[in-house]
Amino acid sequence: MSETVSPKKTKQEHERSTSLRQELLIPSLAVISGLIIGAIIIAVSGASVVDAYGALFKGSFGSLSEFIAGIKSFTATGDQTELLKAIYPFTESLVAATPYILAGLSVAIGFRCGLFNIGAEGQLLIGSLCAVFVGYSVKSLPAFIHLPLSLLAGAAGGAVWGMVPGYLKARFGAHEVVNTIMMNWIAFRLSDWLLSGPMKSPGFRPVTQNVLATAELPRFFAAPLRFNWGFVIALIVAYGVYWFLFKTTLGFEIRSVGANPDAAKYAGMNIIRNFVFVMALAGGLAGLAGATQVLGVDHWVGQGFSAGYGFDAIALALLGKSHPFGVVLAALLFGFLRSGATDMQSMAGIPIDIISIIQGLIIVFIAAPDIIRWIYRIRTAKKDEMVLTRGWG
Amino acid sequence: MTNTKTLITPASAKRAQILYGVVLIVLGLLIYLLFVRTTEAGVTTTFGLNLANAQAIKVPDLVVPAQATVLAMAAIAIFVGAYQLARGIPSTSTLIGVIAVTFIIAFLTWSAQDKSFSLTGMLSSSLVRATPIALAALCGVISERSAVINIGIEGIMLMAAQVAVVTATVSGNLYVGLVSAIIVGGLVAAFHAYLVIHFKVDQTISSVAINIIGTGTTSFISSRFLQKATDTLNNSGTFPIISIPVLSKIPVLGPVLFENNIIVYLMLLLVVIMNIVIFYTPWGLRTRAVGEHPKAADTLGVNVYLVRYVNVIIGGMIAGLGGAYFTIGSVGRFDEVMTSGKGFIGMAAMIFGKWNPIGAFTSSLIFGFADSLQVKLQILKVPIPSEFLLMAPYIVTMIILTGVVGRAIPPAADGKPYEK
Amino acid sequence: MTNVLELRGITKRFPGVLANDKIDITLREGKILALLGENGAGKTTLMNILYGLYKPDEGQIIVHGKEVQIHEPNDAIKSGIGMVHQHFMLVPVMTVTENVMLGVELTKNGMFLDHDKVAQRIHEISNQYGLEVDPHALIKDLPVGIQQRVEIIKVLYRNANILILDEPTAVLTPQEVEGLFKILETLIKAGKSIIFITHKLKEVMSVADDISVLRLGRMVGSIDPKEATPEKLATMMVGRDVNLIVEKQPAQPKETSLEVKNLFVRDERQNLTVNGISFEVRKGEVLGVAGVQGNGQTELVYALTGLLPIDSGEVTLLGKPIHHNTPRQILESGVAHIPEDRQRHGLILSFPIHDNLMLCTYYKEPFARGVSLQQKAIFSNAEELVKQYDVRTPNIYVNAGTLSGGNQQKVIVAREFSRPIELLIASQPTRGLDVGSIEYIHKQIIKKRDEGTGVLVVSSELDEILALSDRIAVMYKGQIMDILDANKVNKEYLGLLMAGIHPSETMGKK
Repeated sequence: MSETVSPKKTKQEHERSTSLRQELLIPSLAVISGLIIGAIIIAVSGASVVDAYGALFKGSFGSLSEFIAGIKSFTATGDQTELLKAIYPFTESLVAATPYILAGLSVAIGFRCGLFNIGAEGQLLIGSLCAVFVGYSVKSLPAFIHLPLSLLAGAAGGAVWGMVPGYLKARFGAHEVVNTIMMNWIAFRLSDWLLSGPMKSPGFRPVTQNVLATAELPRFFAAPLRFNWGFVIALIVAYGVYWFLFKTTLGFEIRSVGANPDAAKYAGMNIIRNFVFVMALAGGLAGLAGATQVLGVDHWVGQGFSAGYGFDAIALALLGKSHPFGVVLAALLFGFLRSGATDMQSMAGIPIDIISIIQGLIIVFIAAPDIIRWIYRIRTAKKDEMVLTRGWG
Repeated sequence: MTNTKTLITPASAKRAQILYGVVLIVLGLLIYLLFVRTTEAGVTTTFGLNLANAQAIKVPDLVVPAQATVLAMAAIAIFVGAYQLARGIPSTSTLIGVIAVTFIIAFLTWSAQDKSFSLTGMLSSSLVRATPIALAALCGVISERSAVINIGIEGIMLMAAQVAVVTATVSGNLYVGLVSAIIVGGLVAAFHAYLVIHFKVDQTISSVAINIIGTGTTSFISSRFLQKATDTLNNSGTFPIISIPVLSKIPVLGPVLFENNIIVYLMLLLVVIMNIVIFYTPWGLRTRAVGEHPKAADTLGVNVYLVRYVNVIIGGMIAGLGGAYFTIGSVGRFDEVMTSGKGFIGMAAMIFGKWNPIGAFTSSLIFGFADSLQVKLQILKVPIPSEFLLMAPYIVTMIILTGVVGRAIPPAADGKPYEK
Repeated sequence: MTNVLELRGITKRFPGVLANDKIDITLREGKILALLGENGAGKTTLMNILYGLYKPDEGQIIVHGKEVQIHEPNDAIKSGIGMVHQHFMLVPVMTVTENVMLGVELTKNGMFLDHDKVAQRIHEISNQYGLEVDPHALIKDLPVGIQQRVEIIKVLYRNANILILDEPTAVLTPQEVEGLFKILETLIKAGKSIIFITHKLKEVMSVADDISVLRLGRMVGSIDPKEATPEKLATMMVGRDVNLIVEKQPAQPKETSLEVKNLFVRDERQNLTVNGISFEVRKGEVLGVAGVQGNGQTELVYALTGLLPIDSGEVTLLGKPIHHNTPRQILESGVAHIPEDRQRHGLILSFPIHDNLMLCTYYKEPFARGVSLQQKAIFSNAEELVKQYDVRTPNIYVNAGTLSGGNQQKVIVAREFSRPIELLIASQPTRGLDVGSIEYIHKQIIKKRDEGTGVLVVSSELDEILALSDRIAVMYKGQIMDILDANKVNKEYLGLLMAGIHPSETMGKK
């Protein structure tokens, strides 16, 4: 296709590149504005913004001097320890980004079909419980079967959890926003029960057993680095979702149903099937997020495992404009923020919840680009904003 | 068009008739299998009608033979089901009532067999537990009647709850806390209104952002300040119980309705006031018109935006009051994420109550009942894990939203921004 | 004679469009001024400015010799201006009384709505102007003609003496139109002045005292109704000579394409709106379905295309039953559908033109291989159709929402005609289009007929029905009053049928 470049096509490509710049402009400014307001809140709460954001930055990227020292010591002595220590913060950010990518995709694919999945959190939790269960209970399988089976179990668990509100929406028109939230609470209670009863490991704490080594996602470096294949899986899945949404007939259906359900019905598409299918898919992606986290990083599940992922995922999908590649970029950003925030909490005493506030603000700015346009006095052509949600239906 | 409507019996009505009939019969059999057979013969169940510290005149407790009562419930369900299949009962709410009442009586009699169960206590706690749900539902009713969806009630209530306890602790005056909570609720709702009315932000997205910011801010403040200084910042005490003279002496009703704290009374008052305002005053007429057909209201000189701003802000203030309930109305201290989904359950109560204040209140009572039932059953040591009982309100919400039990139609313009 | 209202130099710009360009009009006291123009000529914009819904960029509004500032409907109401909108501004779930008093509520005890007093006033107005209505009825239970009365009562309740009626006859039967004209007479006798907006030439000539014609946002001129002829008005309105009749050969009907037997359909609210109808469409003929909007035509089309389930009855296409089929199966059996609401059903406005041009066939070769979409085929198909059907667009990559109404309709026609079809169902195919597009779409429909396709045209425009149809079915309250040969009927006859009156009952046939 690229060999015969007609003038029209280059013009179109030109339009695409300027529109890409436009698309990136508002999200970037939204993130910057969120960070600025976050800084103000930190200052008002009586802490040093420089200390806080310094710790945040160092916690997410590491420091350049340590990295250079690490390289030097490695080339000089062949000792990896220093180098690994230097790249530790950076890899931790990628580790944090992994479930974000998948959970963000979960919400994004819902948006594409006109569904608002607030239930990523519950789906992720159920996914992790299913994955951990298969991970520790199914014994004496080779890794090349056990690991995929555990991942699949996670995805399947999430899919079931997502499918229920999808079905209720399709069949009864029950609003998926409230129902996915209810499913979250049911998941929390179910998990409380499982962790204190049937799935509780021997001992005092309400946690599960560790998964077997055959179900663990392999790590790239020696401990304490936790960077693992989950990240690669997430990237591959993101590409897969992109291909699915934009290059296949099924994706075309989903996007059509999302953009105009009446026209989709007119064109012979089955709305009900699409709603159920997309919610199952969304749940599956969130479940997979839980599975990669449990199989790649934690290896067990305890209470509060899923805390906050659901709302973060919404912010990610919005920030990434519900495009898989946008979601990946947004997830990387959030991964850096989250992983740095841990350092910020321990070193500067700023509660990690500041990140939630910043995320909430980012959502506001993305959803109301007029605020950003007004603050920064930008004039951009207003495009058709995507319809994200509908009323009670 | 009505003259020809009766030509064909609607197939869907026939299906509903069969469905309800079958459900009732299955319910009767279930009651028989689950409860009658596991109830020992000759054992009684005692329903307590008095509360220990209540002003009410004492009445004898209700003592019933357990097995006979449960059996009677099974029989009633089966009989009504059979009648429904044969003849049909026109009123859906009667059918739902029969389903709910037979099941609950059977269940309670079974679980409290050979024991005493304080019925008055549970009704009283149902009302108390329904209070924040009802306030959340009222917030939803008033904003959605003017066509603004507010799913951010949860976030509003959290922020209001925190502000209430902190201001009350610092000032040493609970009423300062109450007023601050209401003001904060109004302010946050005003922010939502500004986003959705002025900037035309998607109403669900804006609400979700408010929830995230609400959770984030309260948790941030809680862990940065409150946890280090519990006594000086996060220990307010709670509103005292006010017994209404004379009325509180009525048996059963007295302790349930007339021995409560100020927030419960305010909630009851608001239900009545809002019902009058929405259906009998010019403001209510304008609100309903704006919610159904904003353009029509606009062409008659009604300021659509003003109506929406005012209603959303009033709704926020009501939610603020609901938030205050969580801290200064019940435990006197703030815990992170303490609203645990009550705001969302309020939305379900609003939908089930068909966007009417009284309906919303009645549905909130059902949730309050489910909530307090769960606590009582834990005390009775019913062999069901408490986590499953805790799920009940959420599952009830989901069932209600299916609309199987009476489909509600929202205001026509609900959730849609108005463009001049 | 005094002028009650003058508009001077009104100009209104929308992004990319000059909707009103220095328009002057004058309304004389106690007279009816007809404002004539095609769809999109700027009539409604002008009236919305006068009513305070839009702000003019330039120009003056002079009421009773004094310049007034009208920023919002309240200002218009205060100046004695009232408007009956084309789409009724009534809240369906509220009563007549509530709708009338909205915004100027009467209260008792200073707080509570006083329904009785308002109902009393409505009675007075009803009696004075002959506008019979039950004040306590819910709007949604009232027929369209009565709803229009409520709109007029609303205006009179506010003591307006200048009435604007925006396309008031669009939803009425010819007989109801007569009734409306009588009401207008009463109003004029009571000293009111009226602006009557329409695009129907004959109405203008029968009712107006003055005629002003708008075209593309400009004032073309004024004309005395006594000197006006339909041809003259049409030329003024369109700017060139228009061919009001579609040229076509007599139909050559062949075997039965579509057969409908005893069909009952419920709408989304479960009301029975199609009430036992039977008809057939033969290959190579156009069956027109006439009727006032809301008499079951929409549901009939939805049922035929699978968008609504049928309650009972039978629908066969070329002898095969299709009434239990899904929309997709019906599409695949060769039914093309030009939907009534092109933006709701016909297009995905936020999708590019090339995607809209394969909306019904995206899963088939050459657009898809397996599940994989074939961009190349999609683009070349679009390029070809855009050329063939003369869709005016910068390229095939822009969103369908950026096109004009006429070009959007061409995209739909192109898509539906580009696949093999046995039956064409066209619902309100030219609603809201300019004359050029109307002519084009009509020609395309007749061309399909001549190729041997069965065609079902549903329209509430009698002129369109008469221009296209070989046979005409008239629908009233979900039933077919009669099916007639198009050459043997006239408008008046159809009008009575549309009102539910069988002319043979009252007089000899024709």
